[in-house]
Formats: sequence, C-alpha cells, structure tokens
Amino acid sequence: MSTPPTPSVPQPQQPQQPPSMPPAPPQQPQQPPQAPQGQPVPQPQAPAGQQPPQEHTAMLRTLPAPHQQGQQQPAPHQAPQAQQAQQAQQAQQQWQSGPPVETYVSPIPITKTHLGHALASEWTKIRSVRSTIWTLGVMLVLVLGIGTLIGVIAASADMELGGQSAIGLGSFGILLGMLCVMTLGVLTIGSEYGTGMIRTTTTACPSRSRILAAKAIVFFALVFVVTTVAAALVAVVQTGMVDGASATGEEWLRGTVGVGLFVATLGLLSLAVGALVRHSAGAITIMIGLVLLPLVLAMFMFSKSLEDLQLFLLQYAVPSQLIAFYGDSVAGGTGPTGWEPLWIMLGLTAVAFGAAFLTTETRDV
Amino acid sequence: MSRFSVGRMIELEGLTKRYGEKVAVNHLTFTVRPGVVTGFLGPNGAGKSTTMRMLLGLDHPTAGDVRIDGRHYDQIRHPLTYIGALLDAKAMHGGRSAFNHLLCLAQSNGITKSRVAEVLDTVGLTAVAKKKAKGFSLGMGQRLGIAGALLGDPQILMFDEPVNGLDPEGIHWIRNLMKSLAAQGRTVFVSSHLMSEMALTADHLVVIGQGRLLADTSMADFIRQNSRSYVRLRSPQQERLRDVLRQAGITAVEAGNGTLEVDGARSERIGELAAKHQLVLHELSPQQASLEEAFMQLTAESVEYHAHAETGPPDTDGWAGGPGSASPGAGGGWGEQWAREQRQKKTGS
Repeated sequence: MSTPPTPSVPQPQQPQQPPSMPPAPPQQPQQPPQAPQGQPVPQPQAPAGQQPPQEHTAMLRTLPAPHQQGQQQPAPHQAPQAQQAQQAQQAQQQWQSGPPVETYVSPIPITKTHLGHALASEWTKIRSVRSTIWTLGVMLVLVLGIGTLIGVIAASADMELGGQSAIGLGSFGILLGMLCVMTLGVLTIGSEYGTGMIRTTTTACPSRSRILAAKAIVFFALVFVVTTVAAALVAVVQTGMVDGASATGEEWLRGTVGVGLFVATLGLLSLAVGALVRHSAGAITIMIGLVLLPLVLAMFMFSKSLEDLQLFLLQYAVPSQLIAFYGDSVAGGTGPTGWEPLWIMLGLTAVAFGAAFLTTETRDV
Repeated sequence: MSRFSVGRMIELEGLTKRYGEKVAVNHLTFTVRPGVVTGFLGPNGAGKSTTMRMLLGLDHPTAGDVRIDGRHYDQIRHPLTYIGALLDAKAMHGGRSAFNHLLCLAQSNGITKSRVAEVLDTVGLTAVAKKKAKGFSLGMGQRLGIAGALLGDPQILMFDEPVNGLDPEGIHWIRNLMKSLAAQGRTVFVSSHLMSEMALTADHLVVIGQGRLLADTSMADFIRQNSRSYVRLRSPQQERLRDVLRQAGITAVEAGNGTLEVDGARSERIGELAAKHQLVLHELSPQQASLEEAFMQLTAESVEYHAHAETGPPDTDGWAGGPGSASPGAGGGWGEQWAREQRQKKTGS
C-alpha cells in the first residue's frame, strides 16, 4: 500500500451529512485568503465550473463517480491472505474512483522541530511543577542554613582548621543538599512515567533521545546554577566568619563552580537511573543506596582480609569524594584528590546515560 | 501551499504486537481515509489502544507496519501539526496547570502561546486554565486531552475513547466536533467500545476483536446488514404452518425451541394467513436486532473462532460453513453470516 501518494482521496462526498452541521469551532482557522471559494468543506455535487482550476482536480474530474455503497465488503472470516488481497484491491479501487476531497490545510505555520523546541518545552515542564520548587528550596535551606550554623559554631569555638581554608566547611550542607538534587533528577523523568505524561511527551516529540537530552541539559543547567550560587554564598559567609588559611584561587573555583558541577553531575546520574528504572521511588532508593551503602558496608568490614576493600569503599563513596573535592582527603592520602572526583562522577554518568539512550529508543513507552 | 494537498491516510499492514505469549494485535490490515470519521470498535482488551500506540510510535510492532502517508510516526518532524492524538485522559502530570501542560506541548512543536489559549477556549477550560490537572474530573481531563490533540490544528486526529467520562452535553459536543473536523477534510480516527456511540458518529467502521480484524465496512452497510427485522413464530402445528407460508412465498427458518423466523415479512400478513388456514399460533412477534447486539455477536464469535483455530479445524456445526468456506460476496458478507450463526446457536441452546 505504499504506492506513491495518488492525488486525492477516496471517500465520496457526504450527501447524508446532516444539513444542520454545527459550525466549525471558533478556533478553527479562517480559510487561507487566496482560496477563491474559501470552502474547505467538500461541496456535494458541486458543478464542475465551480472548482478552482487546479490541474490534478481537473484531471480527476473525468473519472467515474464513486459508488461506495454498493461495494462488497469481504467476509471477515476468510483466510487472512485472501482477505488482505481483496482489501488491497478494494482500497485500490476506492483510490481510483473517489473524487478529490479537499484535505484540510491549517493556517498554523508548520515548524520543523529541533532540540531548541524540546529545551523550551522541558524548561516549562521543570518550572511548572511543585517538586522542583520543593527539592531546590529545601536544598537551598539546608546548604545555606547548615553552612551558616557551622560557621557560627566554628567561629565561637575558635576551631583549629589545621592550616586549611574555611571553604571546606561548606561540604556538610552540600552533602545533605545532594539528596534533594538526586530526588529532583529522578523525578524529572520518573514523574513522566508515573503520571503517563511520557506518552503525551513522546507523541509531541517522537525522538526519545531528544527528549532525554533536553531533560538532561535543562536539569543540569538549573542545578548547576543553583548549587554554584549556594556554595559560593556559603563559602563567602564561612570564610568571613572563621579564621583559617586564606583560600587559593583553585580552592575557590573548586568550592563553587566545581561543587556545582559535581552535584549537577550526580543529579544527572540520578536522571539516567530514573530513565532506566522508570519508577521514581525505585530510582530514588537506588541512588540513596549508591551514595550511602559503601560507607555502611565499610563500617562492618572488620576482617583483616577485607581491609583493602574497606579503604577503597571509604575513599570512593560519594560523600567521601565530595569531601575530598573540598580538599580534605578521607581515610589517608591515597584516595581521589583535586578534580578527580568530578572526572569519576562524569565517567559513571556517561556510562549510565549511554545505557539510557540505548534502551529508550528500543523500549515501548 | 495548494489547498488540494494529498489526502492524509493511515495505513496498517499486517500489524502485530505480542506481549510474551499474548497476542494483543494480530495481523491487522486496514486503511483510515480522510474526510470521514472512521470508528475503531472492539470490546475492552481487543487491542484498540495498542494499535493506536503503535501508530504513534509509542510501542514497536512485533511484525507488520503502520504508516501515515507512507511515513512512520517518528519520521514526522512536526508531529503535532500533523497528527493530534488523545490517548487517555490521564496522560498528563497532575501537578501542572492546564495552561502549562498545553504550553510545554506547544513549545516542543514550535506552536505559539496564543494558540494554547485558543484551544483552551475551544474545549471550554479557559476558566480553569491555571488550575492543576489533578483536580480535574475525568471529563475535564478528557477535554484537556482533546485540547492537546487540537493544538497543532492537524490534518489527522486520533481519539481513544473520547466520550469516556463526559457528561451528555460533552458527548454531544465531541460528536459534533468530530463530524465537523472530518467535514473539513481531515482524517478522524476514533476508538470506542460502544456501538451505539459509533453509530451516531462514524461514517466508516473498523471492528476488531482479540486483536483481529472482524469488519471493515461503511457504517451504512453495517446498519443495513445488521438492523435485521424478522417475525418470530411459535405454533404447535409447525409443519403445516411452514407449508402454508411456503405456498404464500414466505420462507420460514427453523430457529430452535420450536420457533420459526421469517425475514422481512410483515406480521399482519402471517397472522392473516394463519387465521385463514385455522392454525394455532402461540407467538407472532416482530423482532429487531439492535446494532449493539450485532456488535456483541460479532465480537463474541471472534473468541469462538479463535479457540477453534488453535485446536484444529473449525467446528462446522457451530460455524455456518467454517471460515474457509465463506465465499466472498456470498449472501451479503459477515452480517448475514452471523445472523445464520445466531439461529444455529439458538438450536443448540
């Protein structure tokens, strides 16, 4: 049936159409101004002279009149092939015998969609639900509140920072804020599956990779900005309150932009897990397990033979990496240092996203 | 652009979907044409929604193909201005307002904000545009879904059970909306499990049961073939009655339980004949098979047919000659066939 589109169409005009046809709904666009008669509704028995002089219309007008009512329908219980063949034949006949039906042409301009449209759409989505306000709001409160509190305590206790700058104190608030970001990351995609919105989304944008990419970009940008601003504010407050070594430019960069990147990347990992699991509660549980389980497991590794594994878990658990990112290495000096935690997190996220992209195109929505 | 652009066709060819062992859609082949409302009818679980989901590229077919103007759905670069679909009323995020729900759909297809307000007005939701969708009744959710389908003012519209949850006013509105959309030359494809609803809305009818195509016919044909009127007779002198009727040129068919059925004849005439020949009648009643009944018969048979096909050759007693011997064009198609089958069933019961 993939014959080249024969101009025109099958269904005969509808003489039985009730004359009391309701007027088109108000939003129905006006006819294109250039249309001479301006009547998109098929005109029953329109005299030939009234047809606009369109070339293929004129051609088809010479074809025999349709006689659809008389057409024999195939019995439904024939062998499938025979039925198919007959249907195909019938469709062919209808093709050829039908008068031209003027198909509807909308005045709405047709736009070829691209990633930009998907980004605009995802931005509207993420800003128009409560979960975004809640998770990011709670994160800001935690990061700023705990950061200020720690600053006050440290200042009043004349805490000894051991030659380090006060920026490292910000890690406590960020650790808790991370949980909010993970939740938002999962919900960004998980809520679409939970509510059934994903079917509407996929219908509007059939490229699932584009949906996933747009979600990732919008989410990453939002979380990066919010986290960086929060981390910077806390860093300013804490360095102002607590006496310590003056922070280097590198430390400032890592304590603000770096932390923003690290937390946003962790959020992206959550989003990828959400896309793979397609279930918000399940994905959030997995992410919390991923963050907390290594530390909990390490605590119970009393055996001497497990010492190496215990050290690895302690050093590479996500909270340890975040603390290391601020400059303090956890459990000895062999763990990740400097910008290394960010590269590790980026690598993990890239793998998870690769899996998400691969599966999203082949799975049913 | 010419306003005589090529018609928008939806073509299904051998479309099949399996979920493990279960065959949800079984080798469906039919065409949805523009300018009419095509009704897609089947009982719950017949595979209507699955078919529509495959059409929209949400599910991948196990076998076969479905194309829109020769293209797969995911090849369309401006989907909403091409096809509008209402899948189910709850395919939206409850925490988002009606306006924002439509806005994010519009933005993903480069449709302007002003159009969102227009469609909200069309479906009558302007007053609650800023309200969250989770507070909506099923009918309001349905209207919001329809607004989403109309957003791109597309040439093809698909509605999956659009009248679900609508009040009578809403049902009337959606009927008229679909008819006016089709009259503008658009392709309208609407599913339902209610025959009575389809009879009022659709011009063409595709019936499926158990994922199989049962009928692909114009509504007029369906009504003509299935609104069968007949007279039911019961008499202790059945043999004599039949002879009398035969002499008068009326064919009576044995319908079981000692009843006879006469197609098309008027009950007055039969009563007069019986009186003239002094025959006792226990029943003389004009009957009319409803469309709903015809639909139920049709889909019930699909189950029966299915079972026979799996266990061996069709049972010819229960099945008017079996599927293989149904010659195309004999006796007015499947409508006639089920009528015959119906009579034989009565014999059996």
